[in-house]
Amino acid sequence: MSNISRRRFVKAGLATTAGVSGLAVAAKLAHRYGLVPPDSGGIFGPGETLTYAAHRIFSQHSLAREFPRNMISKDPFANSIAPLSDGFKRLQSGGFADWRLSVEGMVAQPATLSLSDLKTFPVRSQITEVVCEEGWSYIAEWIGTPLHEVLKTVGVLRQARYLVYFSIEPDWWDSIDMEDALHPQTLLVWAMNDADLPVSFGGPLRLRVPRQLGYKSVKFVTRVMVTDSVKGFVPALDPNSPNYNYSWYAGI
Amino acid sequence: MKHSGPRLLVLFWLIPTFCFTCSAVNKNPCSVITRVEAEALSRIRARRRNRRNGAVLPLPGGCSQPSTHGIPGSRCTGHPLQGSHVHLARQALSRVSEATERLLSQILGAIPQLSGKNQKNSARKRETSLRRTCYASPVSSTASQPNRAPRHTGLIRATHWITVISFVALLVTGVEILISHPRFYWGEVGNSLTPPLFKIPIPSSRSTVPSGYGYVLPDQNGWSRYLHFEAAWALMLTGLVYFIYGLWTRHFRRNLFPADRTWAAFRRVIARHLRLAPPDEADARSYNVLQRITYLLVVFVLFPLVIWTGLAMSPSFNSAVPWAVNALGGRQSARTVHFLVSVSLVLFLVVHVLMIAITGFTSRMREMITGGAARSEEHS
Repeated sequence: MSNISRRRFVKAGLATTAGVSGLAVAAKLAHRYGLVPPDSGGIFGPGETLTYAAHRIFSQHSLAREFPRNMISKDPFANSIAPLSDGFKRLQSGGFADWRLSVEGMVAQPATLSLSDLKTFPVRSQITEVVCEEGWSYIAEWIGTPLHEVLKTVGVLRQARYLVYFSIEPDWWDSIDMEDALHPQTLLVWAMNDADLPVSFGGPLRLRVPRQLGYKSVKFVTRVMVTDSVKGFVPALDPNSPNYNYSWYAGI
Repeated sequence: MKHSGPRLLVLFWLIPTFCFTCSAVNKNPCSVITRVEAEALSRIRARRRNRRNGAVLPLPGGCSQPSTHGIPGSRCTGHPLQGSHVHLARQALSRVSEATERLLSQILGAIPQLSGKNQKNSARKRETSLRRTCYASPVSSTASQPNRAPRHTGLIRATHWITVISFVALLVTGVEILISHPRFYWGEVGNSLTPPLFKIPIPSSRSTVPSGYGYVLPDQNGWSRYLHFEAAWALMLTGLVYFIYGLWTRHFRRNLFPADRTWAAFRRVIARHLRLAPPDEADARSYNVLQRITYLLVVFVLFPLVIWTGLAMSPSFNSAVPWAVNALGGRQSARTVHFLVSVSLVLFLVVHVLMIAITGFTSRMREMITGGAARSEEHS
């Protein structure tokens, strides 16, 4: 330490300069190519950014594992939900015939779709695992309309970067980037294990994002909004959200 | 994907920068100890020996008065490098590092006398600053002198403490996350409705878990998960630096791979432990065969396993690398192994700290903080 040679001094200086400028370039590129998550601020920001960037680089087109039929859980676990609102109960009493999904925001033709409208789109069925951040999991067959089919129909504008989706229940909404929104396995699920999607599992309509933890799969979805900025729609940063303080990107 | 080129560029930039930084720090200063420095060092030692016998010898570099800052030659006209900017930089660095060492020593209570007026003290500091230049040099390993080399190199010390901080963060947050579902399963799936492989008899932070307790703990998973994964990154990147360094400098081969692989060596070490005998002289400078095997196990088995099983719980990682989780027998198996390996690491930590406490907490800590070599005669 005390007797640092000139060569070492110069080398250390060069290494530091290279490192710092490298980081600066990396940060600039990361911003430019959408590798920075919306909750990149604060003390947990660096870790969160590394996680999100790593997944966006290495697993952008990968498919969530799908399982054989015999692995479907006999005991799927329906996580507890807050008491349902009157609005939900009214629609439930009508057999969800009046359930509507509005598709809005940065789309060429905003649309409002009923459940039967959704079923006219190509159907996808997949046997995937629901993974809760708490540690538990179960496998079920999920049947629904791929979100990208709906988005293709309404026509997503070029500047779209995020998708915000809302439950009929108050303060329950979340957002994903367009990469996950357009992912082939991201489904608007209306059936589970060959039956209508039970209310306890999010029926009549749930947005399943199988490459992320369960809390990103919002139940009772009535509205999806395409946007270029997710500002104000990051549950991790919103004290009213049930997912407040839970990282926005949940692919870990 | 049209963006994949620039994205990969980020990585290809970061990796060489990493390697370059490593290569800049790993150069062994030992190999470039100058003749002047070697002579100065031996003169200081001679002076010190003689002072014990009452004689006075000139200070290195022809200095007749001890310098106020304890920096070799700082007030001496004869020092070959005096006045050059390199020398000034060295002086500044030396002052900073000495101050740091003093501060740390103060904290650890290792050095009772800190006042500069003590001539013996300043002479020792003088020697310390020279000795720190190099390790394992021929100068410092004469039979009469104990080994003066830093016990651990700077990079080992830095990575060690970053790992400690990361590990503690991972441990605390890991326990927090565990509390939300203290049940473990084997295979792909498991939840409150399926029989557990085993469960931890603690209350849970979720009302949906049949914990057997009548109350629910507060949910701390939000920040715990943020911190868990951030600390995991810190640990992984530090581990990567350590791994490259270990291969580069042959640290693994020299210091961790058992040098003496005979049964006699095992027997000797185990017998000594059973007798509760103090470590022998060689242990102050090198690891014995049991330590080496333990460290190899921790570095090359437990940490890789805990990282692997951790990644195998990431749904997005599993989508990209499905075999990582399938090879473990499923997601819940990965979670269970992650827990068991973490318990093993905690056990290692307990024994590690216990052994340090037994063999001399202060000197072991000093070795890992300042790199200071064992100064056995000053403790006695």
